[in-house]
Amino acid sequence: MESTKYVIIFILILTGAVAISLTGLREATKSQAATNEDIFNKRAILTAVENYLPGGKKVSELSDQEVLALFDEMKQPVVNMEGEPIEGVKAEDINMAKERKKPEPERRLPVYIYEHDGEKFYILSVRGNGLWDEIWGNIALKSDLNTVAGAAFDHKGETPGLGAEIKDNPAFAKQFQGKKIYDDGEYVSIKVRKGGAKDDTYEVDGISGATVTADGVEEMLYRGLKYYQPYLKDLKQQSLLVQ
Amino acid sequence: MAETAVKEKEPVFQFGKNERKLLTDPLNDNNPITVQVLGICSALAVTSLVYPSLVMAIAVVFVCAFSSLFTSLLRNYIPKSVRMIVQLVIIASLVTVVELTLKYLNYPVYKQLSVYIGLIITNCIVMGRLEAFSMANKPWRSFLDGVGNGLGYGVILVAVGVVREIFGKGSLFAGSPIELKIIGPTANYLINTTDSVMFGWYANNNLMVLPASAMFIIGIMIWIQRSYNTKLVDVS
Repeated sequence: MESTKYVIIFILILTGAVAISLTGLREATKSQAATNEDIFNKRAILTAVENYLPGGKKVSELSDQEVLALFDEMKQPVVNMEGEPIEGVKAEDINMAKERKKPEPERRLPVYIYEHDGEKFYILSVRGNGLWDEIWGNIALKSDLNTVAGAAFDHKGETPGLGAEIKDNPAFAKQFQGKKIYDDGEYVSIKVRKGGAKDDTYEVDGISGATVTADGVEEMLYRGLKYYQPYLKDLKQQSLLVQ
Repeated sequence: MAETAVKEKEPVFQFGKNERKLLTDPLNDNNPITVQVLGICSALAVTSLVYPSLVMAIAVVFVCAFSSLFTSLLRNYIPKSVRMIVQLVIIASLVTVVELTLKYLNYPVYKQLSVYIGLIITNCIVMGRLEAFSMANKPWRSFLDGVGNGLGYGVILVAVGVVREIFGKGSLFAGSPIELKIIGPTANYLINTTDSVMFGWYANNNLMVLPASAMFIIGIMIWIQRSYNTKLVDVS
C-alpha cells in the first residue's frame, strides 16, 4: 500500500498535467470554435428565408463566407418590449436562451431585416417549451408584416421521429409559408391543429404522436410573436407615413 | 563456469499472432456490444444516422486506444487505492480532447452528438478494458486491445446506423459531404416513390428513427452471430 503522501503527490501531478494540456488545447481552438458556432446559428436563422437566398441557393449550399457576408449586409435592430429600438447592440449578439430567463418587461428582441431583390423580410426569433426541453424558431415575415415567408424550428431534446420532426421534417416548417398572423388587423398568430389544418390561412397540420411539441410550437408562436407586436405596429405606421 | 544466457529483449512493437488476436477478438468472439452487451446506451441513441455513428465510433476508438496506452504506461505508478479515479481522469481528459476537436472541425456534428460525446466517459467498454487489461499489460498490447475494442463497438454502431438510416430516412451519410439519397418522395432521390411504379407503396419506417429500433437490430445481430459462431451459445 502506497503512502498517503505518494497518493496525493501523484494525483496533483496528474491533474496538473491534464489541466495544463487541456487548457492549452482549448485556448488554441477557442476562436475557431466560436466562429463555427456563430456560423451554425446564422445558418439556422437564414433557413427561415431559404426560398429567397441569393442565386436560388439553399442554406446548405452557401459557403461560410457567404453566410457571414449576408449577415454583414443585414440591418439588425434590437427592440425592447415596447417596440423601441435599443442602441449599441446587434441582433446577432442577442442570446435568446438568456433573454428568456429575464422577467418579461426586460427582454430584448432581435430583428433581422433581410433584403432580397428589393423586398424586405423581417426575421423574428421565438423561443418556448416543447415536451422535454426548450424549442425555438425563426419566423420570416414579408414586407406586409402579415404573411409568413418561411419558418425554421429547432429543439434541444424532443423525441426523434415524433417531436423532433419540427426540425427533421422540412415539410412541417414549409407549411408555414404563406400563412398570415393577422385576421383583419387583429393579431391571431398561427395554430398547429391536431388532426389536420381546417383553415388555409391561420392553421397548419400537427404531427401525429407529438401533440405536446406541436402545442408547444403554437404557444411559442403566439407568445413570441406577440412580444413583437409594438414593434410591428410602429413599423406599419412608419410605412403608412412614407406612402 | 556457468553460462549466462543472453536473454533476448522483446521488441516493443511486436505484431505476432497474439497481437493480431487482440485486434480481431473484440470484432467477433468477444464483441463489446453483441457478446458483452456493454455500451448499449450510446449504441441506441446515436445510431439513427450513419455519419454521426461513424464520428462516434472514431471518437470511441481514439479514447479507448489512448486511455489504454496511458493507463498502461502509468500502471506501475498508479496508487492502487485511487486507480479508478486515475483511470477516470485519463478517460475524461481524452473525451474533452475529442469534444474540443469536434467543435473545432465540425460544429454541426458536435451539436448532433451533443451529450453522447461526454457520455463516452461512462461507457463501460473503455473503463472495463482499463481495469481488465491495461492495468496488467504492456503499453503496445494495451493500445492494440483498446483499438480492437473500440473497433468492435464502432463496427456494430455503423452497421446499426446503416440499417436505421436506409429504412428510417431513405438516405445514407446524411449531413456529410457524400450524402446519398436512396428512396423518398422527391426527385432528389435515386428511387422517387411518387412516380415509381414498383415502389409507389414505399414509405419510410418511422420506428427506425426511434432508439427502440436499435434494440431490435442489435438483437437480430446477436441472433445471427450466435447462429454461426456456436461457441458463444450458452448450453446450460
